[in-house]
This record gives sequence, C-alpha cells and structure tokens, in this order.
Amino acid sequence: MLAFTLRRAVQAIGVMFAVGIIAFSMFRFAGDPVNQIVSIDTSAAERAIVRKSLGLDDPVPVQFVRYFADAAQFKFGVSYQFRQPVAALLMERMPATLELAICATVFAMVCGILMGVYSALKRDTVLAKLFQAVSLIGISLPTFLIGILLIYLFAVTLGWLPSFGRGEVVKLGWWTTGLLTLSGLKALIMPSITLGLFQMTLIMRLVRAEMLEVLRTDYIRFARARGLTTRAIHFGHALKNTLIPVITVAGLQFGSVIAFSIITETVFQWPGMGLLFVQAVQNVDIPIMAAYLLMVSLIFVTINLVVDILYTVVDPRLRSTVGRAA
Amino acid sequence: MTEPVLSVRDLHVEFASRRGTLRAIDGVSFDIAKGEVLGVVGESGAGKSVTGLSVIGLIDPPGRIAGGEIRLAGLRIDNLPPEEMRRIRGKRIGMIFQDPLTSLNPLYKVGDQIVETIRTHLNLSESAARRRAIDLLAEVGIPAPEKRIDGYPHEFSGGMRQRVVIALAICAEPELIIADEPTTALDVSVQAQIISLIKRLGRDHGTAVMLVTHDMGVIAETSDRVAVMYAGRVAEIGPVQDVVKNPLHPYAKGLMGAIPTLAGEDKRLVQIPGSMPRLSAIPRGCSFNPRCAFAFDRCRIDRPEPLARGAQSVACHLYDDVPAESVA
Repeated sequence: MLAFTLRRAVQAIGVMFAVGIIAFSMFRFAGDPVNQIVSIDTSAAERAIVRKSLGLDDPVPVQFVRYFADAAQFKFGVSYQFRQPVAALLMERMPATLELAICATVFAMVCGILMGVYSALKRDTVLAKLFQAVSLIGISLPTFLIGILLIYLFAVTLGWLPSFGRGEVVKLGWWTTGLLTLSGLKALIMPSITLGLFQMTLIMRLVRAEMLEVLRTDYIRFARARGLTTRAIHFGHALKNTLIPVITVAGLQFGSVIAFSIITETVFQWPGMGLLFVQAVQNVDIPIMAAYLLMVSLIFVTINLVVDILYTVVDPRLRSTVGRAA
Repeated sequence: MTEPVLSVRDLHVEFASRRGTLRAIDGVSFDIAKGEVLGVVGESGAGKSVTGLSVIGLIDPPGRIAGGEIRLAGLRIDNLPPEEMRRIRGKRIGMIFQDPLTSLNPLYKVGDQIVETIRTHLNLSESAARRRAIDLLAEVGIPAPEKRIDGYPHEFSGGMRQRVVIALAICAEPELIIADEPTTALDVSVQAQIISLIKRLGRDHGTAVMLVTHDMGVIAETSDRVAVMYAGRVAEIGPVQDVVKNPLHPYAKGLMGAIPTLAGEDKRLVQIPGSMPRLSAIPRGCSFNPRCAFAFDRCRIDRPEPLARGAQSVACHLYDDVPAESVA
C-alpha cells in the first residue's frame, strides 16, 4: 500500500515537472515580458535594467531551474498587471473558487446519485423519464447559457437571488468564506448549480447505467435467492458496486470543475481564480497564467492520486493485487 | 406416505416476447420427498433452470408462471405475495448457482455475506450469527474457517467459493436446496468433492435436493430419482438405476447412449440426430418426434401424456398399448 502510494506520488511529480516546462515556455513564446512592463518611450538602457532585474538575461536553462525551484516553493513571480506576488493573488482568490467547486460537486454528487438510483430502480415511472430528459438538457446546454438563464429567471425576473459576486464573506485566518452569512449562501446557489449541472447529469446517467448493469449480475440474483430484503439488495449490495466507477468520474470531474469554473466565474463575476485568469489573459499577464496552469495541474494530479487511493479502499480486490505487485 | 417437501403440478411458465408468447415450461409435474435428491437432466434450453427458478420464485418479467401449482410441504408458494416469498427464499429454500466466481459480491467479506443472510432469516445477535457462520464454513469443508471468514471472495479458489455459496444456501437450514448446475464451472476433481458435499448435507439434514445438471455422471452418482426434461416437458422420470439402466423414452435412451464408459469398448458414442427445437417452433404432437427413430403417425398429432410404467413414468406413445406390467 505504501509502495503503491509512493510510486503514484513519484509519477505525479513527473507530471508536474512536464507541466512546469510548458508553463515556463509560455514566458519565452508569448512575447517579450519587458515590453509589457515598460512604456513605449522607455530607453533601451532602462529596458536592459528591467531585463536584468527580472533575470531575463540569464541563459534559458538557468532561468528554468530558477523558475521551477521558485514554483516548488509557491513563488510564481510578480504579476505584470497588479505588481503583486502572483502567489498572494492566487491565495486570495482560491477560497472563493474552492468553495464554489466543492458546493457544485456536492450538489452534483448528491442529486446525481439520488436521481440515478431512482431512475434505475423505477425505470418506467414518469419521474424517471423526466430525470432522463432533464439530464439530456444538462448535458447539451453550454454552461454560460444556463448561468444566464438562471440570472434572468431568479435575479432579474423574480429578484430572489443576487446576480453577481460572493455576498458578504467572513475571514477565517487566510481563508475567506461565504458559507457563514445569508447573503454569501444566497450568492452561492446559482453559481453552484450552473457549475455542477453538467457533472450532475453525468453522474446521474453513469449511476443509472452502472446500477442497471449491477442489478443484472449473478451476485445480485444470488442475493435475491438468499432472501435478502429488497432494500438490502439495492442499497447494500448494488449501490456499493455502482459507486466504484462513480468515484473515479466524480474525482476527475472535480478537477474539471475547478478548471472550468472560469466560465461560471465570468458569468457571475465570482471573485475566484478563474476570473483572475480571464483578466490575466486579457492583459497578457503571463506570471498569473503560468501559475494558474501549475495550480490547476497540481489539483488534477492530487485528485488523481486521491482517487487511486480511494479505489483501493472501496475495492478489496485492488488492495491485494496492489499488495502483490508492490 | 408423508407429504413431499416439494410438489410441482402441471407447471407452465411463459415468456412474453415481441414475436408472441414463448412457452418455456409446458406442464411439468414432479415431487421431491424429504432427504431425496432429484436429478433434473436435459439439453440446454430444456427448461431445467427455469423450473428451478420458478420454484424459488425468481422468474423475472417478461417471464411468468402461467399455470399449475408449486407446493412446499403442502403450502402453495407459486402465488405468494413477493414479501412472503422473499421470507421463504434463503430460509426454507436454498439455491446454489452455476458460477461460484460471480455468485458472491466481490466487495464484501464472505463472513459478512453469511452473517447478513443468517440475520435476515434467523433472530440471532451479530456474534451468535458469526459463530454460526464459522460453524457453517467448517461444515462445508473450508479449512481454518475462523480465519477465512474475514477473507474476500477473490481470495478463495473456485471450489472454495462454491463451498461458501453452499454454506450461504444452507445457513437457515432450508427444507429444499435447488442446485442449478453447481459443478459445471468447476474442474473435475473439485466437482466430485462438491457433489459429495451436497449429498452429505442432504443426508445429514434430511434436506430435499433438486439437482439441475446436464451431466449424467453427476446424476447417477448423486440422485435418488431423475427427471429427463425435453423442450419444457418431463420426458421420463423414475428411480435413477431404472432410468440409467433401462431408459424407456427414446430421448432418454439417446442420452444414456451418449455416456462414455470406462470399460473401453471402441464403439462410437450414440448421437441423437438434430437439435432441440426453439421455443418458438415446438412441433405438434410429441416435441421430440422429428428427432425420434421410432416416431409414427400419432407422435406427429397427439401430445403424449405421462404414463406410469413400474416405478418410472414416461411420456411416449410407444408405451400407449403396452400394459404396465410387461415393461422390464
């Protein structure tokens, strides 16, 4: 088990190294950063000073090693646009993004699993068919459209929920949370639904398909032949087997939720990392873009690692093969 | 005579399909007495497994029991409400399926699966159920049961898993065990062990066993009586020695002729020409008539009804005019 975890961790570091190369090369290929900083009438001598102060006159490998060493300590340089350390900017924005992503994922998992189980067990009911139809809409409508429709309905027409921002936030150390105030919670509802809807329909369809598959297996038939109650069969035996692939998908989707929160954050002007990234793109603020890339891949890699480990917790078969292989 | 543990009378099972209703079981009747092992043989699709599943009430839609009755120790069980039938399954009727590799839920320890079944049917505490589970594993011949009880199914071999499945089937001391091809997925040496285990359990607990298989060797070894099924009907039923040594129905004769002997005569094994009709194309009259060497006109028109001949019962027109005593 430990060897397995270690091996996966080494692989994860390899992936991060590769992403680091890509992030670093952005600086080389996305134009001369000095031009972004100085004004048009800066002299060549002054440009050279700026270049030197940023370390841009060193050989490329030296710059890369320095960049990577700094990045490993979460130092991503200074934003061209804000003139502040990128790490501080990201840290300031991260709670908003993570809170949104977690709420969206919880919403997606809870609703997705419930609806999926229901529509697998009561396949022919009207409600199950309605769920199927809704899931089609959720899968095919683009996120920004759903966001705009929600704003139009609940913010503009009905006026129940705020159309943008995080509401009031409470500071807990370096973390800011909107979960403790009414306006924060209200502000969280629509962005969470917008961000989570796609995952919810995905999970619902997956749970439904997996559950139908599991209900056809021999061990479910044998469980019925043993006279177990329907409840024990459906929720004890079938659901647990159903959840294995769901864990993977939900885990990987959590990474996408964070990465794709860019759109939702833009629609709702949510002050998170995604919005910061969009602004950075508009201003060619490469340190922020590179750092964002690194952050998102770090999150992806970490989640993959956690999912792999979770897998072995749920499925005893993996535990022993992993043990033998290691 | 005491009441049989299982009594099936004129059972009909139908499956609704797009091309009309298919009749999988068409008037099957048999009894199993306490402690008796009834072997059910026949080709694939003869209706052996469907018969077993209808007894335990696990025929799923589009299938349904369309007629006849099934009685368990006198209690009619084919029309019980689902919840009452569930209480009978596992408690009064145990079932063993063909493939032990897929019969157990891979995510639960075998002990938990046994304890769960015991506690569903018997009013026992967690620890008492666990003790009983260890005893059961010991009884079905699993070494070091107090250790193995915490193993997962994938940690057991095929034969050991089938033993666990058997332990699960007998954990509430059922009156009847339905074993649906319990040895087909196992290799030959393990088959013999499992068969003798089932036989021993039946003897020790007075359990009636319905043993579904297409292996005549298994039947000859284990069963007290044997029913030969063909296209959803019982072609012949009787004591195992009589049916094996002196089969009456041409189909049963064919089946017995197809068993290789160790005596090593260099004769070719007899083969029954043709194959069993599909359920959608069962011929008129006797369903075996197109393949039967002895078929005559009546076989193509009238369906033969079971006739008692000594201890055997046979559904064949060849015996219509033969008085019961003259059959050797």
